[in-house]
Amino acid sequence: MENVDTSVRSEQKGTPMNETTSNTAVLDTAFAGLETRDAHAWFGNHHALAGVSLQFPARSVTGLIGPSGCGKSTYLRLLNRMHEFIPGAAMAGEVRLHGQDIYAREVDPAAMRLKIGMVFQKPNPFPAMTIRENVLSGLKLAHIKVDDDEALMEKCLTRAGLWKEVKDRLDASGGSLSGGQQQRLCIARSLAVEPEVLLMDEPCSALDPGSTLRIEETIKELAEKITVVIVTHNMQQASRVSDYCAFFLTDGGPGYLVEADKTRKMFTTPNDSRTADYVQGKFG
Amino acid sequence: MSMEATPTRPWEAEKVARRNNGLILLVGALIAYVVVLFTGFAGPDGWAVVLFAIAAVFTTLRNRRLSTKERKASRAQLLIVAASVIAFAPWISIFVSVLFKGIKGLRPNFLVSDMRTTTPDDFLDMGGAAHAIVGSLLMVLIATVITLPLGILTGVYITEVRGRFSGVVRVVIQSMSGVPSIVAGLFVYTTFVDATGSFSALAGALALGILMLPTVARTSEEVLKLVPDDLRSAGYALGARQWRSTLMIVLPTVRSGLITAGLLGVARVIGETAPLLATALSNTSFVFNPVSGPIGSLPMYIFGMLQIGTENSINRAWTGALILLILVFGLFTLARYVAGKDKR
Amino acid sequence: MNSVAPVKREMHVVHSRGDKVFRGIVTAGALTSLVLLGLIGAFLFARGVEVFSTSGFKFLTGSNWVAGSDDGVIPNDFSIGPMIVGTVIVSVIALLVAVPMSIAGALYLEFYAPQKVRRVLVSLLDLAAAIPSLIFGLWGVQVFTSFGERWAYFLADRLGWFPLFNTISDNFGRSPFVAGCVLGSLVIPITTSVAREVYSRTPRELVDTCYALGGTKWGAIRTVVIPFGKSGVVGGAMLGLGRALGETIAVYLLLNINFRYTFKILESEGGNVASLIATKFGEATPDEIKALVAAGFVLFMLTLTVNMIASAIVAKSTKGSPA
Repeated sequence: MENVDTSVRSEQKGTPMNETTSNTAVLDTAFAGLETRDAHAWFGNHHALAGVSLQFPARSVTGLIGPSGCGKSTYLRLLNRMHEFIPGAAMAGEVRLHGQDIYAREVDPAAMRLKIGMVFQKPNPFPAMTIRENVLSGLKLAHIKVDDDEALMEKCLTRAGLWKEVKDRLDASGGSLSGGQQQRLCIARSLAVEPEVLLMDEPCSALDPGSTLRIEETIKELAEKITVVIVTHNMQQASRVSDYCAFFLTDGGPGYLVEADKTRKMFTTPNDSRTADYVQGKFG
Repeated sequence: MSMEATPTRPWEAEKVARRNNGLILLVGALIAYVVVLFTGFAGPDGWAVVLFAIAAVFTTLRNRRLSTKERKASRAQLLIVAASVIAFAPWISIFVSVLFKGIKGLRPNFLVSDMRTTTPDDFLDMGGAAHAIVGSLLMVLIATVITLPLGILTGVYITEVRGRFSGVVRVVIQSMSGVPSIVAGLFVYTTFVDATGSFSALAGALALGILMLPTVARTSEEVLKLVPDDLRSAGYALGARQWRSTLMIVLPTVRSGLITAGLLGVARVIGETAPLLATALSNTSFVFNPVSGPIGSLPMYIFGMLQIGTENSINRAWTGALILLILVFGLFTLARYVAGKDKR
Repeated sequence: MNSVAPVKREMHVVHSRGDKVFRGIVTAGALTSLVLLGLIGAFLFARGVEVFSTSGFKFLTGSNWVAGSDDGVIPNDFSIGPMIVGTVIVSVIALLVAVPMSIAGALYLEFYAPQKVRRVLVSLLDLAAAIPSLIFGLWGVQVFTSFGERWAYFLADRLGWFPLFNTISDNFGRSPFVAGCVLGSLVIPITTSVAREVYSRTPRELVDTCYALGGTKWGAIRTVVIPFGKSGVVGGAMLGLGRALGETIAVYLLLNINFRYTFKILESEGGNVASLIATKFGEATPDEIKALVAAGFVLFMLTLTVNMIASAIVAKSTKGSPA
């Protein structure tokens, strides 16, 4: 991590919902390339997420925390345009990668998802494929040809921390691994198309503590090269794994961003009292 | 920055783009029509083939700038849509044909008269198929009266009484649900019709019942199996005997499921022709006595009219088909309504 | 602690009188069903055995159907070989037509159709599966034959060198090809409904993962949906096959019964076992009836086997979910 002057600005909270709140939090002057401006999300008529503006610093881990139902996962799915697959979904605002709005008409969403990958909550390797085929499936789907796919596969499995355990059984079915191994396989699979950003939606919530710790190590290593955004319910995990945190909340209406800052600050001296209450376990 | 905003869907094709696509399709259709006029392609199928070729050429040209995966996806979509059209065309054609060809002969006399005094070749304002409708309803009624109680009792035996023969009964029911309809008719022909010496509505109803019984029994069993055991336990815990518990607690719970089973069974057999060929045969006049002799039915009416082959008789066949379809679809819709009412 | 091992007590159920009556009635009902349906099976089996013991396997392989004269001068000679072959040919054509189109139709409905179109088509599809086969026969004769003839002519003209399509006749209206197409149309609603249901049960996360990896809709379909639905679709195809094998009236209306082994599907001859029974029973001698019943037994065994395989496949596909 580069040492940058931390000039963190965030507006004051504690304001009632019907006043316009400024949720912008500029976390760092090192601009990531991935940011959202005033992002909203709806499911049909239900306003699920309101006005989130956030910038994600490059080569770091940002954790999205908050009680359940605050729109964290919905927000995550806005970042790689997975939200639009839900019937009745709508959005507003912008999501920008390297300055370009990914919702612009000329953007090819499938190509964009090569740069912004996603790992889901439940490990889901393709059941009809071997481990090798699983890792390389992204290339097949995108019709990408590589010179040496064996080398790429080894590199991805190594980065995901799985190579040693599976290198002798690459032709075994993807489903023959344990839960933690399956999730690392899914991480390797996402890495094969060489994304710049990896979105992770509670990737450890279905796993045992041992696997969880190993995946957290993997995440920290990944963040040396790419940007990671991780939704997590587990505050301890957020404090272990993330460099920055963004705290979401809802008052019964749409979820919104309360505060975003360096993790250490969020957990020790946050600006907003609600953040303090949450990280101290007073609710949620 | 704001709590309020207007929802948008930037991923959906804009209205303008959609309208343009529609216009392009229309233009393509017209070009295809012109091509058909001047070349050897004939008929709606020829037109469809030409339209497909035009669409293929057009999309290939339009997709030149896209990536490999997008081009392949677009090609796959075109093929899937084209093959779907082939898949849907036959039965859509049937709906349309039956409606438009059948409506021609749908006059009041069709629904009230029989064919006793008219020949099939007479004009359509004479004669009718009322005898056939009555015959079908009569036979289906008899078949239902026989099979519905038997089927429900069988289901109750398997799930509630759980007797010693449950396994055997299930196997036999399952196997006999695959009896070809003509074989059912042949069986009744060689036994019942032989014994009584004549065709009759009762014989027809027996043949239909053979086809209905496995369906009703199986559906009853499935529906009864869905009743949670807690419900039965509750009945016993209250001190009720089994027959009380079954009759007052279990059966009312599945009542709509059983009615649905009956309706679906009827919908299936009311259109069967083969079993009636050898059992009830056919008749040109009204018959109300189930044992008196051959009786007309809608399927045999349609079949007979089709065999005769004159213009008027074919029209009658289509009109008969229209009535039959209305009956079948009506039963189906009714069954769905009954099933839906019971959603817990 | 007890030092003596517990002794199990016998648990008797003594039914009240009301219950005894109830159980008696229910059992009687079930046994009636059992006897009724079992009788049919037994009857078919008995006749089948009878004919097989007199004619042997020639019943299945020969190609004559001669009803003997009353005085015994002309012997009975019944065999259904060409009808079995005809059954298979017509059903295979039907499946070849139906299965690819059904898969495409199911994929269209589940993944490509706009919501409103989808709802309408799915309801209509359910109704289409209930259309009686007689109406398919009526439509086949009156509407489809002109199309079928045109295509048959095209096949005979351009591909006539291929033995299957070789034909000397110029009347294609009553050929196994046309009958197979109509039968295929009959099977399509069934197989499309089954395929659509199977595809709709594809786990959402697997499809989402394909999109998240940068795949297109077609990429997701070929990577996940089709492999997932493979066994279910096969089960549906077998259901359709079972339906086609036993189809009587549509084939009766579209084919002339002809007792010759032939693979030339564009020629005007063929038939299947079911339509054989329908054609012959009217003026059949008692011996002929026995042979027809035996033929019905053979047909029943065929459809039973196919249906059992289909149920087993469908059961297997719904039981095991992907890891």
